[in-house]
Amino acid sequence: MSAQTLYDKLWHSHVIRSEPDGTALIYIDRHLVHEVTSPQAFEGLRLNNRPVWRVSSILATQDHNVPTTAVKEIADPVSRLQVSTLDANCKSYGITEFAMGDPRQGIVHVIGPEQGATLPGMTVVCGDSHTSTHGAFAALAMGIGTSEVEHVLATQCLLSKKAKSMLVRVEGSLRPGVTAKDIALAVIGEIGTAGGTGYAIEFGGSGIRALSMEGRMTLCNMAIEAGARNGMVAADETTIAYLKGRPYAPTAQQWDAAVAVWNTLHSDEGAHFDRVVEIAADSIEPQVTWGTSPEMVTTVGGAVPDPSQESDATRRHGIEKALAYMGLKANTPITEIEIDKVFIGSCTNSRIEDLRAAADVVKGRKVSSRVKLAMVVPGSGLVKAAAEREGLDRVFTEAGFEWRNPGCSMCLGMNDDRLEPGERCASTSNRNFEGRQGTGGRTHLVSPAMAAAAAIAGHFIDIRNL
Amino acid sequence: MQKFITHQGLVAPMDRANVDTDAIIPKQFLKSIQRSGFGPNLFDAWRYLDEGQPGQDNSGRPLNPDFVLNHARYQGASILIARENFGCGSSREHAPWALEDYGFRAIIAPSFADIFHSNAYKNGLLPITLPADCVDELLHITASQEGFRLTIDLSQQKVTTPDGRAFAFEIDGFRKYCLMEGLDDIGLTLRYAEEIKNFEASRRVAQPWLYVESAR
Ligand code: SF4
Repeated sequence: MSAQTLYDKLWHSHVIRSEPDGTALIYIDRHLVHEVTSPQAFEGLRLNNRPVWRVSSILATQDHNVPTTAVKEIADPVSRLQVSTLDANCKSYGITEFAMGDPRQGIVHVIGPEQGATLPGMTVVCGDSHTSTHGAFAALAMGIGTSEVEHVLATQCLLSKKAKSMLVRVEGSLRPGVTAKDIALAVIGEIGTAGGTGYAIEFGGSGIRALSMEGRMTLCNMAIEAGARNGMVAADETTIAYLKGRPYAPTAQQWDAAVAVWNTLHSDEGAHFDRVVEIAADSIEPQVTWGTSPEMVTTVGGAVPDPSQESDATRRHGIEKALAYMGLKANTPITEIEIDKVFIGSCTNSRIEDLRAAADVVKGRKVSSRVKLAMVVPGSGLVKAAAEREGLDRVFTEAGFEWRNPGCSMCLGMNDDRLEPGERCASTSNRNFEGRQGTGGRTHLVSPAMAAAAAIAGHFIDIRNL
Repeated sequence: MQKFITHQGLVAPMDRANVDTDAIIPKQFLKSIQRSGFGPNLFDAWRYLDEGQPGQDNSGRPLNPDFVLNHARYQGASILIARENFGCGSSREHAPWALEDYGFRAIIAPSFADIFHSNAYKNGLLPITLPADCVDELLHITASQEGFRLTIDLSQQKVTTPDGRAFAFEIDGFRKYCLMEGLDDIGLTLRYAEEIKNFEASRRVAQPWLYVESAR
């Protein structure tokens, strides 16, 4: 057989049948569920009297609406109904659910890997675009819509077409202070938010192999911001070491058999990719977005662009609109942009390593007096507990940060954590769209260390100069 | 699912790239557990001058006079035309639900985000990809000719202007068939239940660790 990419292997091992036009029925191993995109899917099942195909493939949690303060009940009745609807659906179908108050509850893309519920070689779906995160485990992971959630619940399959393949190869070592988040933003800056549309992206090269699982998850999480439905990284020693001993991971002889399979989950030598993007790791600088799309990004040493320098009319118009929304002037150096709030959290950057990186910067320092709110929202109850065992909570609170309970929080502000109109935020999340963190709110995407540094300085600052 | 065979309707222009799903339907409306009723909140933050809340009566809210869909000439539009990467961002199917509920039957753009693209089909909303220069031209005509309408013929895979100019578009055969028949995907897939069961059974033997019943 000719050389295959990792994507080829994952795809072909799940195809049950294909239509003449290439539309394939692919089998789904793991289905993650949260409260926002599932109610209408369960309702559809009920209306058609259909059972759930394989209950044990599903793991559900509550994340988007949950409060991050120490309250027992959600105040907003509309949010509360959505969360209780998930409870009721999980109970009636016998689905495992980590509800509010369960120590394992958290953001769906944090808890899947943390539980070992995401394993190499799996197909993983969730009614959430950032499902691409799970591709860090050499899994074929993709976000789906609610009709597809219903389809997977009812049939354990998804109708899909094979995408083209792209290799993003990052060779060499990252410079100090540069993280997986900066790689992700640099890649999006390079190929654009539609650059990955129609592609499955594999991240490879020595710069990627050197990343921890947390870093690989951050990178695959942002594949969707480059337009790609899937991001993935080959399985290796780092993957296997991360999974060992996790609640859903195999044990005893099954562990050895699994590892033997996982060791084949990489692109073969000479495998063909439809597009290859090469980036030298040591050319990447800490990144900061200035606009309302993740591709509107520059380095911390850079400046806000000048629309008059842009010759393409649609792009110029886009920059002008973004600058007006962001309240920024052309040519302003990034380090002169002052911030009102800081959010460290989201499925991109709320894992233990992210919190450690931020705490390292914060330790022994104080949040700037011009910052109204700086908050840390761990990705799961287990991340929170681990951080507290290491004393990170105290590092943050002593510096003036708020230490919250797990959830999506101000990544999208479906709960009470929001930006007010005009407020400017250094955020470790993944989307800087208009209104994403609150109507009229202004988001700048950065790494956890850069967000922490901005909290201390009150404006963006090169982490290496702190 | 609503069938799509042919459609003739008024065109509205949305002259911007990267129209994201947060703009199409802001997060506060995702709290609904229903599939319908999102139309009045389509493009909520651009369309109204105040901040909308779920469950609110939208009829008395102040409209943003600058927002294109509020212009008198585009009332009743059923075809939306926009620039690159329409529907980027989240997987929320609330986006096509809101577009449909508002009255759109088709969106024309040079490119669509993948998840939005498949979500649209599942709801009988036709995403039509045309080359960027054709879209540019259509945007100009829409803006300059009041009452500009287009005819979409799915079986012929053609968009036609009133003066008879036609633009051809591509669509996957399987999607076209489902749209024209108004077929329910799940019912279709369940015809292959035996094949799914067989696949699952052999996978369970080969990789039993994928089938643990619950966490240890
Ligand atoms: S943290 Fe943000 S991006 Fe991630 S699942 Fe939650 S809302 Fe979506």
